[in-house]
This record gives sequence, structure tokens and C-alpha cells, in this order.
Amino acid sequence: MEISVTVNGKTYRHNVPPRLLLVHYLREQLNLTGAHVGCDTSQCGACVVDVNAQSVKSCTMLAVQADGAQVTTIEGLATNGAYHPMQESFWEMHGLQCGFCTPGMIMSATALLQRNSNPTDAEIRHALEGNLCRCTGYENIVKAVRHAAQQGRAGSNGSMHQGAKPEVPESAEELEHPRRDDGVPEKPETVGDWEGENAGVDETTPMGQGGM
Amino acid sequence: MAVADQPTRMFGQAIKRREDPRLITGKGNYIDDIKLPGMLHAAVVRSPYAHAKINSIDTTAASQLPGVVAVFTGADIAQEQNPLPCAWAAGGVQNNVNTPRALAVDTVHYIGEGVALVVAESPYIAYDAMELVEVDYEPLDVVVDAEEATREGAPQLHENAPNNIVMHWTCGNQEAATQAIDSAEVVVRQRIRNQRLIATPMETRGYVARYDAATGEYTEWMSSQAPHVHRLLLAAFVLGIPENKLRCIAPDVGGGFGAKIFVYAEMAALLYAAKHTGYPVKWIESRRENCQATAQGRDHITDLEVAGTRDGKITGLRVHTYANLGGYLSTIAPGIPTTLYGRMVSGVYKIPSIFVDVKGVYTNTAMVDAYRGAGRPEATYAIERAVDLFADEIGMDPAEVRRRNFIQPEDFPYDNGLGMLPYDSGNYEPTLDRALELIDYQGFRREQEEGRKNGRLLGIGVTSYVEVCGVAPSKWIGLMGEGWGAGLWESANVKVHLTGKVNVTTGSLPHGQGHETTFAQLVADELGVPYEDVVVEHGDTQGTPFGYGTYGSRSAAVGGTAIYKSVSKIKEKARKLAAHMLEAAEEDIVFENGKAYVRGAPEASKTIQEIALQASVAYDLPQGMEPFLDETTYYDPPNCTFPFGTHICTVEIDPETGKVNVLRYVAVDDVGNVINPLIVDGQIHGGIAQGLAQALYEGVVYDENGQLLTGSLMDYSIPRADMVPHYELDRTVTPSPVNPMGVKGAGEAGTIASGATVSNAVIDALSHLGIRHLDMPYTGEKVWRAIHQQ
Repeated sequence: MEISVTVNGKTYRHNVPPRLLLVHYLREQLNLTGAHVGCDTSQCGACVVDVNAQSVKSCTMLAVQADGAQVTTIEGLATNGAYHPMQESFWEMHGLQCGFCTPGMIMSATALLQRNSNPTDAEIRHALEGNLCRCTGYENIVKAVRHAAQQGRAGSNGSMHQGAKPEVPESAEELEHPRRDDGVPEKPETVGDWEGENAGVDETTPMGQGGM
Repeated sequence: MAVADQPTRMFGQAIKRREDPRLITGKGNYIDDIKLPGMLHAAVVRSPYAHAKINSIDTTAASQLPGVVAVFTGADIAQEQNPLPCAWAAGGVQNNVNTPRALAVDTVHYIGEGVALVVAESPYIAYDAMELVEVDYEPLDVVVDAEEATREGAPQLHENAPNNIVMHWTCGNQEAATQAIDSAEVVVRQRIRNQRLIATPMETRGYVARYDAATGEYTEWMSSQAPHVHRLLLAAFVLGIPENKLRCIAPDVGGGFGAKIFVYAEMAALLYAAKHTGYPVKWIESRRENCQATAQGRDHITDLEVAGTRDGKITGLRVHTYANLGGYLSTIAPGIPTTLYGRMVSGVYKIPSIFVDVKGVYTNTAMVDAYRGAGRPEATYAIERAVDLFADEIGMDPAEVRRRNFIQPEDFPYDNGLGMLPYDSGNYEPTLDRALELIDYQGFRREQEEGRKNGRLLGIGVTSYVEVCGVAPSKWIGLMGEGWGAGLWESANVKVHLTGKVNVTTGSLPHGQGHETTFAQLVADELGVPYEDVVVEHGDTQGTPFGYGTYGSRSAAVGGTAIYKSVSKIKEKARKLAAHMLEAAEEDIVFENGKAYVRGAPEASKTIQEIALQASVAYDLPQGMEPFLDETTYYDPPNCTFPFGTHICTVEIDPETGKVNVLRYVAVDDVGNVINPLIVDGQIHGGIAQGLAQALYEGVVYDENGQLLTGSLMDYSIPRADMVPHYELDRTVTPSPVNPMGVKGAGEAGTIASGATVSNAVIDALSHLGIRHLDMPYTGEKVWRAIHQQ
């Protein structure tokens, strides 16, 4: 199936198998390997990205469901070489050790501050319940999010969307069938297809979820 | 110790990690991020039975699926590879070592054991093909409990291990312990279980193997804590090829916690697949496979007997433990419940008579090996529960009983009589005092007394612990480790290039611990160069000197000391060259803060950069001096290090639901001198969370058929952010005399202490209801049943 997806501001058009997960599309097709796969069951949140201004576990969404969507991944968070305040805060507060959960954790934490710019520690912990970390005991993650919130109130730009007010889909239905009128260029910058680089993988091959 | 006394130096500074910029931007390079031209993808077909004979495997249908390149079985690989080795056959394991093969050949011994490997052009196709592999199994009787496995008539796993006994190991003095217990005023007995855990690094295992047919050389990228060890074991034991025909590379590693120390079947299977398909092959473990087939931790059943006097002196301790080691022996499995558990079971206490008896047992479960703390959390849980039970029996405050039995500062170096090396240093009471003060112990006891009148279930738990880390002197591990297959030294190379920039290569292998930062801090100080000029490299067996890897909280104490000594050698050579450059006598040259000068005349100095340039261009060197500043050290420590501390936590239990709520958690640890407090505190936080999670949430459950009921993160409950408390940390500093930096190790301390701490608090909250002991994890249901005697 042909899809057109805008990822980190760049629009891609690809022919993808219907069963291809969004996380594999991002990692294998676009080479955006920041989103990680840490479980088979949507518990760990290492794969969290932003789809149409909503946090999504990209292992739980098909690439075809992202057709027409605006996606932001961890790679798209820094702007003009400057880290996002949440990235700065994780660095500053030692909010990561092995770093495997970190991209998803930062994406979820950033989304939290967009909903609630001044969360309590309990609200931070609750908001991050979809992201598992095995290294930090969460102490410094909570500290990092609190620090980012303080920085944000002190005037830093904590927005994931660089000034644009994020359009939040009002329903799951809307997320499932995202609007097509959100700035997809008529001529995509990159055109390719999934089969091109992956011999033997094509639409005629069933690609079930297979526990991946 | 000089470095720690100078707070302006890098040593001791809480600087931000240099690893982080790549990790916070999604630019880390983990195993699944590696892509090679022509790379194929593997999936492992695994046994759905815990114990079964394999009658036949039909791979025809799978092989015919478009996109499938090959399907291999155990019989194929067994023609070329040996079983995996057991590298620590401790405790008399000699004639009954049973280790896995790359894939099972005729019998499977646990759920999830691999029986076939599918190699295909995409992971999706490999997973599809896996469903088409037909295996005819003949189920056999199953045993999952270690004690039951030793009984007459229990199903037998391996012919060479009657009653499924791996080893029967003892330490201490049986006669003295028996006498102490038989003649004691007070004896307390209790059976305790330390449940089985899954390490659960957020990144599962994964490997990418490549074979170059022209040279006969293999390369394997691996999510690993010890690539040099993996190269050695795979080459010398499994493949039977020289080490120099296998290169192992660990990229960024997404956590290990012990589970990535071991050599695994899939490492070997992938090397075979790469050779026989002619293409690079990648395998990334799914989380379900990680729950089934990655080595697990703990799983002890222990009978405790503690003897003492009514005035609070512990006089004897006898411990009998069944250690469940699973269906086969993992790489260092027998060493964990013996040397790292049995020899540490007396903890921080001076107990005159101790006897420890450990039976290692095969069962139809996943292999058990080192998991964060490795034996020491089990030892700490045993002795700290024993102390609380004893305190309860004699009606004395548990903190006071601890104080009365501590090994005293003047007793160090202290021999605990169990065959452990002498504890290097210690001063336990200040950690207890400080923790009691931080938690306001007396205040909480008053609150508890008041609360109980109103039906509130408040508890406070104290644990004082000591652990052994910085393992280990090779001679000792060779003698007392009983079958440890190698040394335990560590290595480092330091080079100062022509431009004065420094490269450090280390045989240790960080997977979240921040070696690139702390080792650079260390070198910057010692060599007097800017921190930014030091690069630390690790993980590739081609280009780093042999090292045993990162585990056992050993990287700073052993790997760090190897670096320190290499820098010392560089400074020594720099002094010689500076003497030549300054036309002075060598003995008059001082090297300090990156400069060499004649004593008393610092104005005419040569910087390390100038010296490096001269050493490198080599136009004018002293007679007989080799060019370049480049030094390697293989450092074998004279002793282990023994960090210690006291943790206290308070809990409140909801009488209606049994839910345990941790109110406060205080940790006062002594890990010696601290190179980077930010990193050390982070290690303690994460360590506490893992032990606390054992106490409250985690536990592997197999049913009686050996089916794994906790086979995903839906069922195996590692904690979320809202399931753990805020941790309040403090430390005392007793520098280790073992190494020149006075460091000890901090990676496991939190986990070693916290399980016992939370346990003691939960039992304390219930003690007035007549409850003396409950086994972890303290789920709401278990606690509710205990409260309501259901």
C-alpha cells in the first residue's frame, strides 16, 4: 500500500506491506533508529513517537495507519542543532543510564509538559507509566521532567512543534484516519518503496505481526 | 589518598555524562541498529514443552516459504560445534556438567529452549516460517521446584546427575555451628524463599554474525557485557577455532544486569548460520524469548537457623540452601550460590560459628545465573531476615541487635571464616547511625505505636549489608573459586598521541555505567590533560586489550586501576624524557598537573603535550628509549573490595487490600571514594529499585508442567515510575586500601540491600498480628491473606 508520511518535517512516500508496523517503517525504511523495540506487548514505551501531536507507541500502530500523518521522532526533537529542553534536562539530571528507554521516555515526557506545564511529581510518575526504565529507578527521570518544567516556566521553548499549536485529534477514529490536509507537499522529497532495498519483501508476501 | 583530597580535580566531580548526547538524540548504536549489506534475519523455533524428547523435526514447509534462505536444526550444528562451556564449575561440579548446545539435539529441558533456526530475508518472513517448522515432541515428566527435584522418584533431567544434583557444597565449620546451636539460649528457625527473577534489561539480547570465507574469520556484534570472554569461550570451546579468527564487538548496550555476561546458544547458532548461508545474519530476541530463554536470577529455598543469647549476641548460624540452576548450567552459574553467596552469608556480623550447605539443582526451568548482586542479595536477605527474626524472638530492637553484632573497625582486614578473602575495610556503625537519624527512627516507632491503636499497619525495616566486589585476585578465584576457568584481572592501554590527545582502551564494557565519562575524569586528573582531550574506547576485541568485562561492580576498582597504572607508567616515561629535555637528572624531575619540571624550578617546565610531541617525532630521545607514549597494564587486584551500608525504609499497608505503600526509603552507602557522584547516585537509585521490585512485585512463575506464566511484560511486573518511591541517599567514605584510588564499586549495592530492607519493613508492619515471616513478593493478595489468615 502506498503511504505518504511527514516525519520530522520531511515528507516520504513509500509502498509498504499492510502489516508493517510503524516502528519498523521508521527504523528500517527511514533509518530513524531512535525509536526502540523493548517488548512485544506495548508495555515498555521505548518506541514512543508523536503522531499528529499525540504520543503513540509506534509498535502498536501500522505504518499504513500513519498515512497522511505528521510524525515527530526523537531525531526531530532538537532544532537547529539545539537540544530540546527535555533532552537538556535528561542530560543535566542524569535521567538515563543505558539510554535504551530514553527516546520514548523523552517523547512521553515532552508530551506531558504540553498537556500540563507544571506537573507534580505524582503527576509525572503517573504520566510516564507507559514507559519502562530498568536502570534509573525513575528518580532522575522524575527530576529531569521537573527540571524541564521549571525551565519551561522560566521562558524556554518547550514545544515539540516549534511555535505551532499542536492539533490534537479528538478521537481514536481521527487518529486512525488522519487528516490529509496538513501540509503534505505535492512532490515528496524522497520516493522509494519498501521492497526496493529488501529483496524478497513485497506486498505478496504475508507479513503478519509474528511477535515482532 | 591524594586524588580524593583535591576537590578541584575531576575526580569527585558530578559532571554530566559524555555518553548522553548520542543517546538523548536517538543516535545511539544498539545491536538492532546495525545493518550490513545482504544481511539476513534469524528467528529461533523454541520448545513449547519443559521436558521432552525430540523425535523428529520437519523443516520442509518452512524452507519452501519464499524469502526463507535456510532452516537449521540442532543435529546440523552439532556436526560442527561443541556445547557451550561452563566457565565456573564451582563446588565439585565435575562429572555432571550439562550445558546447552546452539540448538537442542534430542531432548529439551525447559520451555523456550531452541530447536531450530530459521534464516530469511526479513524478520517478518522468518517469523512466518517459524510457524511452519514441524517438531514431533514426546513429552517427559517435569520438575520445576529445586527441593522436589532432589527427592527419590523425581523426574531426572540428565543421566550424569542423580537426583538432579549439580553440586553439594559447604563452607564454614559444621561441628562448631552445630555445637553453637545445640547449646544456645535462643534458636530461631525459618524457611525462606528468594524467588526467581528475570533481569529484564530494556534492550533484549541480539547478535549479528558475519563470516568471511576467504580468511575464515568470523565477526559477531553482540549485546554483551563481556565481549572478550565471549570471544574466548565461543572460539576455544564451541567452535574450536583460534581466538584470532573471531572478533566480537559490543556496540551501545541497552542494559545487562548480569544477563549479558553469559555465552548463549544464539551466539553460536548465528555464527553457524553466517558461515553456512554466506551472508551476515541478525537475530534480535523478542521480549517473550527474553523471559523464556535469557538466564534468570536468584531462586533459592533456604532453611535458616540462628542461635544467640538473650542479650542480643548472635553465636551461631546454620544455612541450608537449595539453589535452582535450571535445565542446564549457564556460564558461571555454579559460582553464584557458592562463592558469591555462601561465603558472604554472615554479612556485617561477627558470628563465631557458621556452617553453610548448598545444593545446586537441575530443574525443567530456564537457566539461573548471575543477576545484579549475584548471590549477595540472597545472602543479605538470609542474614538480615535472620537478624530480624532473632531480634523479634528476644524482644530487642532490630537496630540494636545489629549494632551489638557488627564487625568493629579494628577487626579489619576481617576473615569471616567462610573462605572469603578478608574484608578490606569497614566502619559499619556510622552508616546505621546516619540512616536511623535520616529516617527519624524513634519518631517513626512512636508513630507506629500510635497508629497500631487505630488499626494502621506501619512498619520500618533496617538492613545493614556488606558485599564483595571488584572481583577478583586471579590466584584466589583459582583456589577458592573452585573451577573458575580463567583469571579475573583487567586491562587498559593509554596512548598520548603526537598532538597530546589521549586514547584509552579498556577491557571492561559499560552498558549504562558511564565509563567513557568516569575513566576520562580519572585520566584527565592523573595525566594533567584537559578532560575533553581524553577519549575512552571499549567493546571491540580488535583494538582493546583482553578484559573480563563489566559485572560484579568491578569496573572502577579493577578496570579503573588498570587505567590508573597505565597512566602512571606514561608519567614515569614522561619524567625520563623531560629530564633529557631539561638536561637534568631524572631523580630531580617532578611530574605534576601535566607538567614536568626540576624540583624547585617549576617555571622551566615541559608540558605533557610537549613531551608527547618529542616522544612521537623521536628526533631526540634518551639513549635506549622507545618512541611514543603508549602503555598497557594487566592489573590483577590483591584483594576484592567490600562496600557496605545501611538502608531503612518505612511502609504502610492497607488493611483492606494488603497493598504495601513505601513511605520513605533512606540509603546510606559506603562505596569508598567516588569518582562521579552523579553516576554513583544513579547506580544506587537503580539498584534500590530492582531489589524493591523483588520485594513488592516481581517473581517468575512456572506451573507444574513447567509452563512459564510470566512470559511477557504483561505478566512479569517490573516497576513503573508510579510504583517506586523517592530515594533519599547519603554516604560515608571509607576508602578501600586495595587500590590506589580507594574506590570500591557501586553497581550492585542498592539491589543487595533493598530487597531485605523492604521485606523487614513489611514483616515489621505485620509483626503485632503474629506474623514472623512472609516470602517475597509482597503482593496485595499475599499480604491480605496473611492479615486475614486465609
